Amino acid sequence: MGGWLRNPWRKPRFLEAITWGYLLWSIVPVAIAVVFSFNAGRSRSTWQGFSLRWWSTDPFDSIWHDPTLRTAMFQTFKLSLTTVLFAVPLGTLFAIGIDRWRGRPAAFSNFAMLFSFVVPEIILGVSLFLLVANLLSNLIHLGTVAQVLGLVTFQLSYPFIIVRARLLSIGPEYEEAAMDLGAAPNQALRRVLLPLLWPAILASVALVFADTVDDFVIVRYLSGQAPTEPLSVKIYSAARASPTPAVNAAATVMLVSTFLVITLGWVLYRRFSREESGADVGNFVQL
Amino acid sequence: MAETGGAEAGVGASAPSRTDQPTGVWYPRWYWPSFTAPGLIWLAVFFILPFYVVLSVAFGTVDPLFRNPLPVYEPWWWSFATFSTTLQKFSTGDHIYLDPLIRTLIYVVAASVICLVIGYAVAYYTARHAGRRRGLILILLVAPFWISYLMRIYAWQSLLQPDGYINDFLGIFGKAPVEWLAGKPVTVVMGLVYGYIPFMILPLFGNLDRINKSLLEAGRDLGASPWQTFRRVTLPLSKPAILAGLVIVSLPMFGDYYTNDLLGSQTTSMFGNLIDNAVGNAGQGPEAGSLVLILMVIVMVPMLYYLRATRRAAEGMT
Repeated sequence: MGGWLRNPWRKPRFLEAITWGYLLWSIVPVAIAVVFSFNAGRSRSTWQGFSLRWWSTDPFDSIWHDPTLRTAMFQTFKLSLTTVLFAVPLGTLFAIGIDRWRGRPAAFSNFAMLFSFVVPEIILGVSLFLLVANLLSNLIHLGTVAQVLGLVTFQLSYPFIIVRARLLSIGPEYEEAAMDLGAAPNQALRRVLLPLLWPAILASVALVFADTVDDFVIVRYLSGQAPTEPLSVKIYSAARASPTPAVNAAATVMLVSTFLVITLGWVLYRRFSREESGADVGNFVQL
Repeated sequence: MAETGGAEAGVGASAPSRTDQPTGVWYPRWYWPSFTAPGLIWLAVFFILPFYVVLSVAFGTVDPLFRNPLPVYEPWWWSFATFSTTLQKFSTGDHIYLDPLIRTLIYVVAASVICLVIGYAVAYYTARHAGRRRGLILILLVAPFWISYLMRIYAWQSLLQPDGYINDFLGIFGKAPVEWLAGKPVTVVMGLVYGYIPFMILPLFGNLDRINKSLLEAGRDLGASPWQTFRRVTLPLSKPAILAGLVIVSLPMFGDYYTNDLLGSQTTSMFGNLIDNAVGNAGQGPEAGSLVLILMVIVMVPMLYYLRATRRAAEGMT
């Protein structure tokens, strides 16, 4: 029996190096892109000095003054807020219903919703485009309405999955206790279940908002005229042509807004699940 | 609803449709389905119906003058001419569609395997050895989800420019600048890895985190070396997560076209590019529909596998 004795509790330097190497590889390029939005020249790969020209001072090309980028920014937030408004309630209600409903139609509904979660986005995008352009062409035109419809469809599964997981861990006991004490089912739902679900709903809002700001596959197919193209589509078109650091600035705007919403969601999530154990990063991450 | 008397509850309890909860609280039969109904109607109209439209467009015709697709909604009038022509572009003649398809398969397999190797190492370290820094590492691991995929690939597009930092770095070692963005498969594959690896790490982390430490200690107590413990305890226990991770990561890659658009060229085009090009061109509506159908068939098996695996996992939890 050869083998040399190695301390099985020694520090795993190799894995540690890989992990931190990966994290750097993952984050640093984006950080560089953000920094380059402050580049003084037109290049996005060679540093030419610090300047705010792409943010506000350049009268034509900065994201503050360029009307197309301003419109795109407003369109991004308009789409995100509207999508959250529809997707989170629909998904939450769907989850509550599926959790309690038994039988074949329930299983089918569950399957349909999860199916919409795993299907590649291009398939959904092209299908919706063909739907709006052909079957519903008299009712809906390509543009903001179509974009919202597509985004809600794509995002619907996220609140569903999150709220459903939360429901599974809550269990029916609280509502049953409430009804034993005399509450009607509606009251039990509103005053017992909903507050318990609140952290999951908040997490869904943050997630759907962030995901919609970044989405461009579906949105691009369902866009109408140029003013209906949000920032994500503008960035994509510019990146394929000849981008200036204004694109970096626009992407940074998307990044900052997403992070603000996620942080806000995280703070509120902590506040609302303060009483419960395990409300740590691991929980939030595994949602 | 709650005012209904006990006799009704008795009738409800004996009905085969299980309208009552185990504790005997009585809900009308439409109560819970009504919660699901709005979402279900939405899915029916904007998710299921579009697939039927895809079929109708794929098996429809094209307006000879304006070249816009004319969908045919009645199945008995469906024409499979365009579909078979599209299929032939894969096999006969100069099979212009076959190369992108094979390329896509190769890129997806390569990128998925690389994601697995790197992702497993990172997930393993985070789950088992991170200690106090675990919260920080988790936040950094989740951060890419909140950074737009577009921005991340765009960031690399900037770095890989002829005058970008990657070439500057190579210049330190005296190497000549490389044209990374001129249709190199390694660029596209690494772009795919970069974009989708977070989807691999989190499920693996979740699985490895939940492995019972006492099982590992038992292995050590019985004389296994760390490597043997890994091979015979950890690895088999993480197999479901490995398979799930591979599927989660590969599914979006099959439909990916934007990574190649930004990091590659025509010579590295993928199946998604075929669809994207067909959708944009006038007169190619049925062809785009056919390609979408073919893609659906290709991803159907991994999709169904994933759905079954998660359903089993969910049932294990309840």
